[in-house]
Order: sequence, then structure tokens, then C-alpha cells
Amino acid sequence: MKRKTALYGLLVALAFIFSYIEALLPLPIGIPGIKLGLANSVTLVVLYLLRPVDALVISCLRILLAGLTFGSPVSMLYSLAGGLCSFAVMWLCRRSGRFSIVGVSIAGGVSHNLAQLAVAAVVLLTPQIVWYVPVLLVAGLITGLLIGLLCRGLLSKLTRFMRH
Amino acid sequence: MANKKRGDLWLILGVLLAAAGLFVLLWWLPKPGAAVEITVDGRLYATLPLDSPTTLEIPSDTGNTLVIADGQATVTAAGCPDGICVRHRAIHRTGESIVCLPNQVVITVIGGTPALDGEV
Repeated sequence: MKRKTALYGLLVALAFIFSYIEALLPLPIGIPGIKLGLANSVTLVVLYLLRPVDALVISCLRILLAGLTFGSPVSMLYSLAGGLCSFAVMWLCRRSGRFSIVGVSIAGGVSHNLAQLAVAAVVLLTPQIVWYVPVLLVAGLITGLLIGLLCRGLLSKLTRFMRH
Repeated sequence: MANKKRGDLWLILGVLLAAAGLFVLLWWLPKPGAAVEITVDGRLYATLPLDSPTTLEIPSDTGNTLVIADGQATVTAAGCPDGICVRHRAIHRTGESIVCLPNQVVITVIGGTPALDGEV
């Protein structure tokens, strides 16, 4: 139990720092809401190295922490929607065994964006938002791909580390 | 486990297809809430929504008949000498307009989702 606490703390802190870095350096693409999703790499790796529930808890803790620290209640709502949805999708994709970690990451990225768009549609009630769907689909695909490739490289190195 | 799997490819293709398909769909859908603004001699005469079919006889100098159908507006008859307004194709995109110079009638599409070109 003690070991898990320290590990959780470490992982949440790492994900939090990733969130912070992304908040500091917004991507040069002018479309709002597009980000790399670096913090998701932590969720993804944990999903593969530990139990799914660990990934969920760490993800939620990070969202909460980041939202309280440099976000707003609104941003936390979006983050939570995106995070919960993408976790569910990634977990299911991984379970199905039909995707590699890159595929899982892509699914996570796309579902994260769609979930956030859905929340925006409900909150803002503008039909114009639907124009964003193709954009976010592609953005989620690209960012998911990049993070997935990153995690694929990391995973092989980390697997040795995490053998308990 | 870390190697590429077939599911990956389907996923990528699926997402790209969905994005492309949706984009095409959105582009060709009639813009909701759009209307036509009719001015005669520079003064606003009427504003009609494009989604309710109707026929309007505009009381201009020699008369113009405006018909709204299938989300588009067109001039079907006019008493003006050149008839350019009648020959103009039906309009439905924001910013498009049909003008009858002799009768001083201007029919412009307003409102709805802004047309993509030139819009942020």
C-alpha cells in the first residue's frame, strides 16, 4: 500500500507537470482547444503497466489538481469530460486486443476531443460548433498518433522498471 | 503487443473518412436560419426566411416576383426591360444577392451560418 501511494504521487505529479507545460506553451495552431495531450501519455503508460483503475485514478487526480491550480471550474469540466471519455475508450480498445498502443492512443485522442466538443455544444448551444468536428477528429488523430509513438518507445524501456 | 495491429489501420481510416464525410456534409447542407432581405428604392421592404416556401409580388416600379422554394430565392418574373434579375440563378448562401437595377430592388441573403470563404 505504501508503495502504491508513492508511485501514485509520482505519476500524478508527472502528469500535472505535463499539463502545466502544455498550458505554458500553447500550440501555434490557431484553433482553440487543440493541444498535444502530453499528460495523457501518463494515463496511457499506466494503463499498460499497471491496472486500468490506477490509470483512471491518476488521470482524475491530475485533472482535479491541474484544474484547481491553473484552470477554472469550466476548464475542469471540459477536462473531466474529455479525460473520462478517453479513458473509457482507451481501456476498451486495449481490452479488445485489436489495437496497438498507437491505436489506443489515437482512439483516446479522438474521443477526448469529441467529448469536449459535446460538452461545448451543450454549454454554448451554438450550432456552429458542429463545424469543429472534422477538425477535432483529425487533430485527435494526429496528437494521438504522436503520443502513441512516444509511449510505444517509452513502454519498452519502462517495462523492465515496473516489474514488481 | 507494441507492434502495429490491423485495428490501428481501420481506426485511422475510419477517423479520416468520418472527418472528410462530415466536412462534405456540413458544406452542402443549407445554412439554417438564413433569410432574404428585400429592399426597394433603398428602403427595407421585407425579410423572409428561406425555409418557408412562398411567393411574393414586390411592389416595385414594374413589379418583381420573388419565389422562395427549397431553401433558395429566385426572381421568376419582372416587368423590367432587361430581365437580368429573372435570369439570375437562385441564391441561398449568405451574401449572395439578386439585383433589379431598373426597379431598384435588391434581394440579399442574410443571417444563418456565415459562408466559409472569407470567414474566420
